[in-house]
Amino acid sequence: MMHTVHSRSACLALLGSVLLLAGCERPPVDTVQRGYRGTGMEQVYNPRIVAAQIPANAMPADTPMVPAGGPPASTVFKNVKVVGDLGVGEFTRLMVSMTAWVAPDQGCSYCHKAGEDFSADTLYTKVVARRMLEMTRHINTDWKTHVADTGVTCYTCHRGQNVPANVWFAPPADTHAAGMVGNRAGQNAPAPSVAYASLPNDPFGAYLDQPNEIRVVGTTALPTGNRQSTKQTEFTYGLMMHMSQSLGVNCTYCHNTRSFASWDASTPQRATAWYGIRMVRDLNLQYLDPLAGVFPANRLGPTGDVPKANCATCHQGAFKPMYGASLLKTHPELAGVRAAVVPGDAASAPAAVSSNSAVLLFAVGSPALAADAAKGLEPLVAALKADPAAKVTVSGYHSASGDLAQNQELAKQRAFAVRDALKAAGIAEDRVVLQKPQSAEANLAGEDPKARRVELAVK
Amino acid sequence: MAEYQNIFTRVQAMAPAYAGVPLPYGNKEREGPPSHWHWLGKLGDAQVGPIYLGWLGLASALCMFICIEIIGLNMLASVNWSPIQFVRQLPWLALEPPPPSLGLKLFPPLNQGGWWLMAGFFMTSSVLLWWARMYRRARALGMGTHVAWAFAAAIWLMLVLGFIRPLLMGSWGEAVPFGIFPHLDWTAAFSIRYGNLFYNPFHMLSIAFLYGATLLFAMHGATILAVSRFGGEREIEQIVDRGTASERAALFWRWTMGFNATMESIHRWGWWFAVLCPLVGGIGILLTGTVVDNWYLWAVKHHVAPIYPAVFAPVIDPATLQGVKP
Repeated sequence: MMHTVHSRSACLALLGSVLLLAGCERPPVDTVQRGYRGTGMEQVYNPRIVAAQIPANAMPADTPMVPAGGPPASTVFKNVKVVGDLGVGEFTRLMVSMTAWVAPDQGCSYCHKAGEDFSADTLYTKVVARRMLEMTRHINTDWKTHVADTGVTCYTCHRGQNVPANVWFAPPADTHAAGMVGNRAGQNAPAPSVAYASLPNDPFGAYLDQPNEIRVVGTTALPTGNRQSTKQTEFTYGLMMHMSQSLGVNCTYCHNTRSFASWDASTPQRATAWYGIRMVRDLNLQYLDPLAGVFPANRLGPTGDVPKANCATCHQGAFKPMYGASLLKTHPELAGVRAAVVPGDAASAPAAVSSNSAVLLFAVGSPALAADAAKGLEPLVAALKADPAAKVTVSGYHSASGDLAQNQELAKQRAFAVRDALKAAGIAEDRVVLQKPQSAEANLAGEDPKARRVELAVK
Repeated sequence: MAEYQNIFTRVQAMAPAYAGVPLPYGNKEREGPPSHWHWLGKLGDAQVGPIYLGWLGLASALCMFICIEIIGLNMLASVNWSPIQFVRQLPWLALEPPPPSLGLKLFPPLNQGGWWLMAGFFMTSSVLLWWARMYRRARALGMGTHVAWAFAAAIWLMLVLGFIRPLLMGSWGEAVPFGIFPHLDWTAAFSIRYGNLFYNPFHMLSIAFLYGATLLFAMHGATILAVSRFGGEREIEQIVDRGTASERAALFWRWTMGFNATMESIHRWGWWFAVLCPLVGGIGILLTGTVVDNWYLWAVKHHVAPIYPAVFAPVIDPATLQGVKP
């Protein structure tokens, strides 16, 4: 009898504890010390949550790089307004990449209406995409204070989805706030936006779409006129909960919690975050809000506002989007920079041509000279024609990977190809001197694109 | 002796119900026949009743009922009068004080803190009436008024948080919302706004008295249970007439910590620790925002907060840099 009563109480106690702990994460968790010992500046990571996030933050397969040369896209295609400065190859690659990043299921027809000319702006998606290209370039050039050289691409937010997984809308007005009873005052609901706290659950409109003051703490020990209220603090607190949740970090990632306001006790990440808040505000105000007339109704929020960005839009639970991996490195065009001259695998391209020297780059294993290379050689050809006494030396090189004898033959063939191109341009064969390279230092770096080249020098 | 290892009462004295001492002239008699509940006897005394509410008690209960109705119906309205959502979201629901923009307005719109002011008024009335009832019942029984004054210490903290400090700050918005999570989030925000309440010396004292009171209570409860086989539960008699239980308990503490309380002093210590916890806590809250705006900076100024070696390269507030976008 006693035994039954005891085991029943034990069962009830166990059930009670399970219910109480239902909202908790199970141990163990990893703790990383960040600040001085004893200050509690620690990052707590749940390894199971982190493991689940890794696939979502993996780098996507990138499209192979293409030569930078060729006529600008704006001269070849119609209605190219933002990236018309890119070569045709780069432009096409960017379009292919964007499709993979934003509309992998729909393909080109997501932005370019099937059956119409690609230049038509029929679909709203194309108009938005154009503005987003401008926004991406703006971030990568003007907001290095937040994104550094890692930069962002379409993929940082989109991750293969038409609309980034984390966007925010202004919440619909609380119908009870206008009535006589039941005003929630914009808080006191289990809202994911503030990590299920009862804090004001739309910190975005106030701080990420309007330049409201975020700082609430007094800067002097005794009162000297700081009128920020405790309620105001709850709004700031809500924004901070959003940031913490978006980055998967604690308060102590940026702050020493003994004094949230003190910059001298903060970590360098706090300054980066400070710029981040201003960046998101700038993007929402300059790029996203003005798209209000462009989006169709089904893309708008409950109050008819456009989808807007917050910290989670890029970060998606990671302290750095994709843990700091940079897609911008292979997409410099998104920072408004012309691609570094790197040859594609199809053919060679002129790398650096002047009137008295040139370097032509070749594809892996290929002695073929690109069709437009002869055109690129024009300044040098002109110089040779202007000075009939001048001669040109041609030296072929190869990269270090592969069989040496085969590579040397390849280098020779590349030199022959250039010689033939010069002949075709009207330079007599006796003025072209084939010269075996004296040094092979460039061959030491393995598969170095710059090693697969032919050098020309006018003597 | 398994009896002493059980958290429930092991001894229930079965005797005719005790109706209480005769009341002085003019007092209403207690009502209802007393009864015995075995399961209640596991926690305390098994006897329930007779009941005496009186006018003070009735008025207090009525005020508390009105207060809880105002709060509860506001919460229910905020979830569209859905009983299911009311239960599910209850920990998050709240009745908020007026927004700071309304200052100390006496009659703000009902849905802009008016309900909150009314709920606060009725709660305060209820608590004060209950305090008067406690005082008068103690007097009626010829007791001291220690319980009433201890209760008054808690009422002081409540009034500071919800009435006196908001008055001094000039804004009802500085007061605490009614709600489970909301009042906790308010507490955290309050500490952050005023530069970390842990550097408030009165908060420090309050914590010391809070934990001190629990420690004293644990030590005392354990000691009395441990000597009850020697008659240790007759504590009050033993203040003047020490028996072996009292001597053993005293010797135990002299051996283990070199000093011991007496059967009298331990109760005074416990009472004062418990009373001082909300008393000094209330002082700490009262000074916050009115006299001190940032407790951390106050603690730095008075060499309370230690300086730690730098771990990171100096971080500069970007807002102070020239040419930085706002």
